[in-house]
Amino acid sequence: MTSPLVEMRDMQKSFGGIKAVDHVTIDLYPGEVVGVLGHNGAGKSVLLKMLSGALQRDGGEIYINGQKATINNPRDARNYQIETIYQYLALADNLDAASNLFLGRELVSPLGFVDDAQMEAETRKILARLNPNFRRFHTPVAGLSGGQRQSVAIARAVYFNAKILIMDEPTAALGVQETRMVAELIDQLKSEGIGIFLIDHDIHQVKLLCDRANVMKNGQLVGTVKVDDVTEDDLLGMIIAGKCPASAIPGPGALQTA
Amino acid sequence: MTDTPTDASAPPKPRNLFSALELDPRLLGMIGAFVVICLIFNFLTDGRFMTPRNIFNLTIQTASVAIMATGMVFVIVTRNIDLSVGSLLATCSAIMAMTQTWLMPDWLGLGLNHPATMPVAVLVGILAGFTIGAFQGWLIGYLTIPAFIVTLGGYLVWRNVSWHLTKGQTIGPLDENFQLFGGINGTLGETWSWVFAAVAIAVSFFALFRSRRAQVAHEFPVKPIWAELVIGAIIAAAILGLVAILNAYEIPTARLQRLYEARGQVLPAGTIEGYGIPISVLVLIVIAIIMTVVAQRTRLGRYIFAAGGNPEAAELAGINTRLLTVKVFAIMGVLCAISAIVASSRQTFHSNDIGTLDELRVIAAAVIGGTALAGGLGTIYGAILGALIMQSLQSGMAMVGVDAPYQNMVVGSVLVLAVFIDIVYRRRTGDKT
Repeated sequence: MTSPLVEMRDMQKSFGGIKAVDHVTIDLYPGEVVGVLGHNGAGKSVLLKMLSGALQRDGGEIYINGQKATINNPRDARNYQIETIYQYLALADNLDAASNLFLGRELVSPLGFVDDAQMEAETRKILARLNPNFRRFHTPVAGLSGGQRQSVAIARAVYFNAKILIMDEPTAALGVQETRMVAELIDQLKSEGIGIFLIDHDIHQVKLLCDRANVMKNGQLVGTVKVDDVTEDDLLGMIIAGKCPASAIPGPGALQTA
Repeated sequence: MTDTPTDASAPPKPRNLFSALELDPRLLGMIGAFVVICLIFNFLTDGRFMTPRNIFNLTIQTASVAIMATGMVFVIVTRNIDLSVGSLLATCSAIMAMTQTWLMPDWLGLGLNHPATMPVAVLVGILAGFTIGAFQGWLIGYLTIPAFIVTLGGYLVWRNVSWHLTKGQTIGPLDENFQLFGGINGTLGETWSWVFAAVAIAVSFFALFRSRRAQVAHEFPVKPIWAELVIGAIIAAAILGLVAILNAYEIPTARLQRLYEARGQVLPAGTIEGYGIPISVLVLIVIAIIMTVVAQRTRLGRYIFAAGGNPEAAELAGINTRLLTVKVFAIMGVLCAISAIVASSRQTFHSNDIGTLDELRVIAAAVIGGTALAGGLGTIYGAILGALIMQSLQSGMAMVGVDAPYQNMVVGSVLVLAVFIDIVYRRRTGDKT
C-alpha cells in the first residue's frame, strides 16, 4: 500500500488531568472519507483540532504523505493544505462572504491594500459552483441561512485547494435539502482525491458517506472498521459500550472480553 | 454541482432615490440628529449658534476628543475598552511640555522657540503614547488581564505619572510653533483652505471613479451614473460649505494688524482676512482618512473587525489576536499623544487636569457614533460625528445659559437614548449584532 495521506500516531492531549485524547492512532488515504465517531466528550473534536492546529498536542506525531509534519497553529496546518470546516462554522458574523472566505489570506493590491473587488469576484465564481442560489454577497454572514453559511465555509476549503479536509459535524446546523448538498459535495471532493475526516455522531450519515470509521470513547480509540463490513448496531455498540465487532481492528479502548 | 452563471451583472432596479444612492441609513440618521440639534440651538440663541465664529469654535473644541474616538472605535470593535485615554493624554502632554520648556531650551541650550523644538516634542510625545499603549495592549493580549482592569489601573497610574513628572505644576507657555496645533493660533488662511478644498474634492472624485471602475471591471452591479454624480455633488458641497464657513470667520482687525507688524508689513486699510481651516481640524481630517483606510482597506483593519465579530474564528483563520490587541492599543496610545498635542497647544500650556473625563467623552462619542460594545461593529466617521454631536450639545447649552450640572445630565441622557435608538433600529432591520 502507498503511504497514507495523514497518519496521526499516538496522539495525546490532557486538560487539567483529564485525558481528552489518550494515545490515539488513526490514518487517512487520498480519496477516502474516514469517520470519527463517539459521544460528546469522547475526544473526537480534540483529536482533529490537533491536526488543524487549533490545539497543540501534548504528545504524538503527525505524518503527512509519510513525512513527519510540524503543526503548531492553524497557519502551519494551512501550509500542509489542511482545511477545516468547524461545527459552529468559524465565520466572523459581522463580515460578508468574501471577507470570511479570504480571512487570514486576503488578496492584496500591489500597494498592500486588500482588494475587495477581486475577492468578491473570486467568491462569486466559487459560490456559483457550490451553491448557485447564493446571491447575498454584501450582507454580513449573520444574515444568511445555515446552508448559505455552510456554503461559505466549504467554499473556503475548496478555494484554497485543500488536500486534507476536516469536517466537524458539517450538517449539524442544516436542513434536509442542505444536508443533501453537503453529501453531494463530499462525494465530489472525494472523487478529486481529497482525503476527508468526518466528525459526526449521526450513524446513518456515517454509514452513507464514509469508507472507514474510527470510534472513540473516553479519549481512547475503541476500534477502526470498514463501514460496509458492520451494521449500524455494531457501530452503536462500539460507541456506547466500546464493544468491537469481529471485523474491526480493535484499539486500546476496546472492551476486553474473555 | 451545476455551473450556471449568476445573473449578478444584471443591474438591480433602483427602488427609489435613497436606495439608489446606497447611503448608510445610520449615517443619515446621525447627520439628521446633528442638523436638528444645530437648528434648535440656532433658534434658541437667536442665530448665534450657526455663525462662522461658533462653528469654527465647535470644530476646534471637537478635534481632541474626535481624534481619540477614532482609535476607541478599534478598541471597542475588538471587544475591549480603554478607560485610560484621558490620563494617557495628560502624561503625553506633560512629557511634551517638559521637552519644549526644559529639555530643549535649557538642557540642550537651544533657547526658546527653536525650530527643532516642535518636531522633537511631537516625536517624543508620540513615542511615549505608542510605548504606553503597546504596554497596556501587551498586558491585555498576552497576560490576558481584562482591558477594563488594565485601563482602569492605567487611568490612575498615568494621571499621576503626569502629576509626578511636573510636580503638579502648570507648564507654559508652550513653544510658539507647537501652539500652531491649538486651533485659533494656527489656521491655513483663506487661500490654502480653498486649495485644500480643491484637492479634497479631486481626491474624492478619483476615489469614487476608481471604485466604480473596479466594480465594472468585475461586472458587479453598479449604481446608476446619476447616483454617483449626486453623491459626488454632495461631497463637494459639504467640503466647499465647510471651508466657506471657516473662511468667513474673520480675523479681528487688531489681531490682523499685529500679524502684519510681525512680518514687518503695514496692514492695508480695509483688509479682511478669514481664519480658514484650523490646523488641529486638518490633523483630525488626516487621521480620519488614515483610520478609515486602515479599517476598510488593510489586513490589519480586516482582522480587527474579524476578531471583534468572532475571536475564535479569527484565531482559527491563523490571525494572531494577541499581537492584534497590542497593535490596537498602540494605535490608541499614539492617538492620545496626538490629542495631547492639540489639547495642550489649544490652552497654550500643560495643566494637571488636562484631559480629565476625556475617557468618558471618547467612549460616548464612539458609542453614539454606532460602535457596538459587543464588538465587531463601528465606523470612524460615526465616532467623529458622535464627538461633534456631543460637543454641539455641550456648547449649545452653554450658549443658551444652561447650568453646568444640567448640561451633563442632558449629555448623559442623550448617550443612553442614542444607544437605545440604535438597538431599536437594529432590531427592526434584523441585524443580529
